[in-house]
Amino acid sequence: MGKLSWSVIPWSQPLPMTASLMLALAGLFILGFITWKRRWPYLWKEWFTSVDHKRVGVMYVMLSLVMLLRGFTDAIMMRTQQALAAGASQGYLPPEHYDQIFSAHGTIMIFFMAMPFMVGLMNFVVPLQLGIRDVAFPVLNSVSFWLTAAGALLVNMSLVIGEFAKTGWLPYPPLSELQFSPGVGVDYYLWALQISGVGSLLSGINLVTTILKTRAPGMTYMRMPVFCWTALASNLLIVAAFPILTATLGMLLLDRYVGTHFFTNAGGGNAMLFFNLIWAWGHPEVYILILPAFGVFSEVIATFSAKTVFGYRSMVLATMAICILSFMVWLHHFFTMGAGADVNGFFGMMTMIIAVPTGVKMFNWLFTLYRGRIRFEVPMLWALGFMVTFVIGGLTGVLLAVPPADFVLHNSLFLVAHFHTVLIGGVLFGGMAGYNYWFPKAFGFSLDRRLGLWSFWCWIVGFYLAFVPLYVLGLLGMTRRLQHYDDLSWQPYLICAAFGAAIIFCGIVTQVAQLIVSIRTRASRRDTNGDPWDGRTLEWSTASPPPTYNYAVLPQVTGRDSFWTAKQGRARDPRGAASHQLDTAGDREKATPVEVPNNSPNGFVTAFFAVVMGFALIWHIWWMAILGSACAALTLLVFGWVPRAQRVL
Amino acid sequence: MPALNAPNEATGPSAQGPAPVEIVVAYGFWIFLLSDIIMFSALFASYAVLSGETAGGPSGKDLFDLRHAAIETLCLLFSSYTCGLGALAIDRRRLLAFYLCAALTLLLGAAFLGLEITEFAGMVAAGAGPTRSAFLSAFFALVGLHGVHVSIGLLWLVFMVAQVAAQGPRDYVLRRLHCFSLFWHALDIIWIALLTLVYLLGSR
Repeated sequence: MGKLSWSVIPWSQPLPMTASLMLALAGLFILGFITWKRRWPYLWKEWFTSVDHKRVGVMYVMLSLVMLLRGFTDAIMMRTQQALAAGASQGYLPPEHYDQIFSAHGTIMIFFMAMPFMVGLMNFVVPLQLGIRDVAFPVLNSVSFWLTAAGALLVNMSLVIGEFAKTGWLPYPPLSELQFSPGVGVDYYLWALQISGVGSLLSGINLVTTILKTRAPGMTYMRMPVFCWTALASNLLIVAAFPILTATLGMLLLDRYVGTHFFTNAGGGNAMLFFNLIWAWGHPEVYILILPAFGVFSEVIATFSAKTVFGYRSMVLATMAICILSFMVWLHHFFTMGAGADVNGFFGMMTMIIAVPTGVKMFNWLFTLYRGRIRFEVPMLWALGFMVTFVIGGLTGVLLAVPPADFVLHNSLFLVAHFHTVLIGGVLFGGMAGYNYWFPKAFGFSLDRRLGLWSFWCWIVGFYLAFVPLYVLGLLGMTRRLQHYDDLSWQPYLICAAFGAAIIFCGIVTQVAQLIVSIRTRASRRDTNGDPWDGRTLEWSTASPPPTYNYAVLPQVTGRDSFWTAKQGRARDPRGAASHQLDTAGDREKATPVEVPNNSPNGFVTAFFAVVMGFALIWHIWWMAILGSACAALTLLVFGWVPRAQRVL
Repeated sequence: MPALNAPNEATGPSAQGPAPVEIVVAYGFWIFLLSDIIMFSALFASYAVLSGETAGGPSGKDLFDLRHAAIETLCLLFSSYTCGLGALAIDRRRLLAFYLCAALTLLLGAAFLGLEITEFAGMVAAGAGPTRSAFLSAFFALVGLHGVHVSIGLLWLVFMVAQVAAQGPRDYVLRRLHCFSLFWHALDIIWIALLTLVYLLGSR
């Protein structure tokens, strides 16, 4: 069984054991509940094997929300540890455990919370907004999701079986080399990311093809909603950046498994090569995450201001400019490498230039608000919170882009505060805005407004209490990832930060409460006409939840905000005043039989064997690795051999 | 004739709605190939950085045999030629010609792979394996990844021949064969870059 034995389970450590016990109990409870309710056939038929882009999108978002809870647990532990571990006190987390927690927190939040959240929203919304029935490759879409879930499963298995990486969320060599990290932690990281990375790449290819090749009649590029443009830019970045990640992690794997010398100290290896390659992926990655969030805000701000988005063309141009510029700034993550003043100067300037298209977007949103009829619904509040927070994050980013300033602030808590400001204030707020905005479309009933507002206010107040002190601490000289510190003057700030994290926790609790309350009172909050927010884009023209095929007849698009225009036309037309739905009765007459792809267990089965393969490789169980990969390959061959059946509705 | 300059007038393919499925499939596969080429470019970059780091071991000049590389190149390029002929044959529904071309492609591809394995085995036997130096790590990873692609391509071709034999030249079979041709030609492009940057420059 390779390196695997009973001793790898951390029996003697109370914290991971309690955590895994609770996870196991929760898992058993859920499994038991599903069995008791006899819901397995429903889950299998309607969700696990579904190739409907809406179902896949919802599953992505659900995965991301569960991972948010896991990643946030790590965050609370770090904040409490740092609030306690000053001077004589060592806190309650030993260093080797603390190191795993900050590594797992970053890995989970980026790869298994933020990524699935954004990919899920894009999956759900893009085909609806483009006026089509599904993504270009529906089965591939399901495979992508399940591979992502497989990676998430592997990361969480490390909690119970063995350990996770202690290297930070990017495994920098030489620390991550076998010589200094002999355990399985880095291998868990690497295989989880290689498997989910394939999923991300396939999903990127799928959405790029969908947006470029399968739009509804009349949906020209300059008529696409801004969210579709940002989705296009984000997925182009996925296609262009994720192969670099795969290659880089592949080389690190070769170093660890075969004994090659890519990034080792000996044999001519070059650790800085890893830094360059990983950030050649890593910087585009942050735009992969933020661009769809920008798209959500564009939709939300336009809808709740009852105005078309200001400066549509400049918005598109800014999106594509960011898409290209994001590949030209990677070196600002390691100015301290010592590449010299000229190189650092170039990358510093390129970084500052990115602030220009971002600023264009910010002004466009402001001008969209200007003289709009603003409704302060929950998604709109997240959007407004974003605009304030993201500007602060952007400004501190421009400050860090100045190489001399970066030499002072590099790897300090100032940096940690900066990227949390843009990631929470940008990506997470965007995710929450999108979740509240499109929830009625996905499930046919709206989320509770009051609890949604509570959640928003807890999040934003907690966020500022948690991260403003970190800016100060960074300027005071506190570096990141400290398990313990001697300078007692830092402690008050860290206690304040822990208090902020506690308020964010209240935000998460109210969020869960919002979901539960909304489900229980769904009868009174049904969305009957498919357009709860008085929306502008095509997804609001179909029923909530939309039928499997989205549109009985593909809509004929005649302009930007086409649904809004159609509603305005009908309002003037007395015959259409009663209903602003698109002409559904007429549609039904014109409707031809709709072909939808059959369900396919391909994704689930392939991902199952991918987990077997990954687990075996992590623990050096070679026979099982060969078996797992052979079965995964065989699954693809079997499903490829049988012609794909379609249902006709 | 449609007014080309009319503002907001939908012209071009996007006015007609979703593209036909064979175009969508080929387009998606093109995007995949581009991403694959980017993966190779990351390894090319690593090779460029590490190619001088021989750690006291052999360099490209000591190891590369240009005649060997030339025969490999001929095998691969001719296999692309036969692959192209095979695509023409299946388009005209000439199954016998298609099988013949596929067999030739398989043979030439396997010959390429055999030559590469011989080269690798010889280097490892001479103590110049991937663990000897950073240069050799990068060499084996870059050339080896191409070799893995060729192997997957050969398995794919076997699968496609079996599918044509069992199910006939149906629409989805033809679409997959088209993707296979794209894949096989892309491997050629990568090999040309490999030959130039690794073998020709390395043996100077």
